[in-house]
Amino acid sequence: MSAPSGDIGVWWLGAAAEDASTLGRLCAHLTLAFGMPARLLHGRDRPADAFDPRRGQHSSTRILGWLAAACPPRIGKLLAVTDVDLFIPILTFVYGEAQLGGRAAVVSTARLQDGRGPTRSPLFLSRLLKEAVHELGHTFSLLHCGQEGCVMSRSVNLTEVDAKGETLCDDCRACLKQGGPEKAEEHERP
Amino acid sequence: MSDLSRRTRILVVDDEEIVRESLSGWLQKDGYTLAVAPDGPAALAEARRAPWSILLVDLKMPGMDGLTVLEEVKKLQPEAAVVIMTAYATIDTAVTAMKNGAYDYLVKPFDPEELSHLIRRIVESQALLRENVLLRKVLRRDYRFRDLLSKSPAMQAVFDLAKTAARSPSTILILGESGTGKELLARAIHAESLRSREPFVPVSCAALTETLLESELFGYEKGAFTGAGARRQGKFEAADRGSLFLDEIGDISPKLQMDLLRVLEERRFFRVGGNEPLHVDVRILAATNRDLKKAVAEGQFREDLFYRLNVIPITLPPLRERKEDIPLLAQHFIERLDAELQRKVEGLTAEAMEILMRHQWPGNIRELRNTLERAIVVASGHLIQAKDLGLALAAATEPGAAGGERSRLLSLSEVEREHVARVLKATGGNVSQAARVLGIDRVTLYAKMKKYDIRRPEDQSAENEETATR
Repeated sequence: MSAPSGDIGVWWLGAAAEDASTLGRLCAHLTLAFGMPARLLHGRDRPADAFDPRRGQHSSTRILGWLAAACPPRIGKLLAVTDVDLFIPILTFVYGEAQLGGRAAVVSTARLQDGRGPTRSPLFLSRLLKEAVHELGHTFSLLHCGQEGCVMSRSVNLTEVDAKGETLCDDCRACLKQGGPEKAEEHERP
Repeated sequence: MSDLSRRTRILVVDDEEIVRESLSGWLQKDGYTLAVAPDGPAALAEARRAPWSILLVDLKMPGMDGLTVLEEVKKLQPEAAVVIMTAYATIDTAVTAMKNGAYDYLVKPFDPEELSHLIRRIVESQALLRENVLLRKVLRRDYRFRDLLSKSPAMQAVFDLAKTAARSPSTILILGESGTGKELLARAIHAESLRSREPFVPVSCAALTETLLESELFGYEKGAFTGAGARRQGKFEAADRGSLFLDEIGDISPKLQMDLLRVLEERRFFRVGGNEPLHVDVRILAATNRDLKKAVAEGQFREDLFYRLNVIPITLPPLRERKEDIPLLAQHFIERLDAELQRKVEGLTAEAMEILMRHQWPGNIRELRNTLERAIVVASGHLIQAKDLGLALAAATEPGAAGGERSRLLSLSEVEREHVARVLKATGGNVSQAARVLGIDRVTLYAKMKKYDIRRPEDQSAENEETATR
């Protein structure tokens, strides 16, 4: 894998075969959303210890740790897309997770299906774009946003995912331009 | 991220590092301020160090369990919301936790929706609580001693005595001319007392007839009299555990004096038409502009009731005896009234201030306020002129004063109307005092006010007696 410095890398980590069309559209959307090139990376490696047999789910936190270590040096931000169900220890599931102000993010398509079979429906694609922008936004130090419709608003069910838009609100975009350091600093743990 | 999120401080208490990290990491993205503690003692150390809005506490931890942490935290920070987390859901532990003051109870792992909504609910309810506290402070602010304006040594002595008396449970009798701020002082005493979180209930004894005042004070049972369609609580009940302010106590009838004496002696009373004695814990603050000792000597006021009320007498000096306060009060009223009336008046000319200082203020602070309100309305510039006050003309037409020549002769009713209005103005709208000056009873005075369409210059309510507040 190689990419110019500062690019967004999108890496398919799913169990099923890669859907180049969907991932291509995702890259295009991320490029527009963050104003920096997003490109598909191809790698066969997979995190070995992310699966938790007791829960039958994959640990998003372990995937993030693995991604951070596996991230090519010239990739600014690395988004993994997977079809396995994700969890963090305290929650029953997560749609995705990201390192706040870090490099790695992961989103899962497992719970984004619209129940109509094929995964390429417009609704599914829209949900994937939203969750991908949302998690990558955290790597740019963006926090959850209270603006109605902003893609950075917290969504804990599909109704809330569907209710928000696919783009950043003006405030979040302004923070993104500033590099988000103020926001990140404000929320450092004591 | 909102200010509300930023102000919300969450402490995660769990012996498992992975739980602490994942939960705090998840919540951190909402903008909350987070900290973690690995056990009960560390959590209590955090609780002693700083205030926390929410504590998410694991139930089963080595050493000190979550229920003990809950109990200790509630002692240190009663307003903190403690949510108990456990991997082992049992109804018993849930019930115990809730009984011990837990805000809620979560079973690990949580549904993200459940956690998100719970945190949001807590944050919103705490914001409401903060708002309530703030509003209560604002409401109380106007009635605290520090908000009473005065530079006069006589008033400072009054405040010192009132502050000391406020902390005692004793009955206080506030004496002073009409318009000196007796109700305001009573409210400040209540706000300074140990009953400050309980109701302050004012009753103007002179405003009501004997029977109306009786039902107002003691309430009545259904069917006690014609029109008593349902049981009604009286002011004594409404003031339970708080303070009852009996204004113009010197004007109550002999029967009510007797009834009141009984309540003060026995701490119990009956509703009108009722047979069941009611017990209340009420602190009496009474006020009058009458010379009660003289009234006792003349047989108009019960001596035993006088001594019951006169436990701690506090006398408010009239404004003419503390004229050094006039500039301070005037500026305060101008700023306040100017904002209320949406005018652009900033102060007084030197000539206007001179008139204020020379005036005798029979209606005291209330009269000063009303005079300035009128002046602000009629003033055409940024400063109140002498002519805007309307006092020079009034002084010229005082009985015995020079001048007062009429351009035409007045009828008897015109003279009566003018005189009644002038006395009412001079007494600051105090009907009882005006009636005494005029030598008629209050009912007759009310009839004349109705006949001539004379209105009191705003009543004796505390709102108008804000007079001396900042």
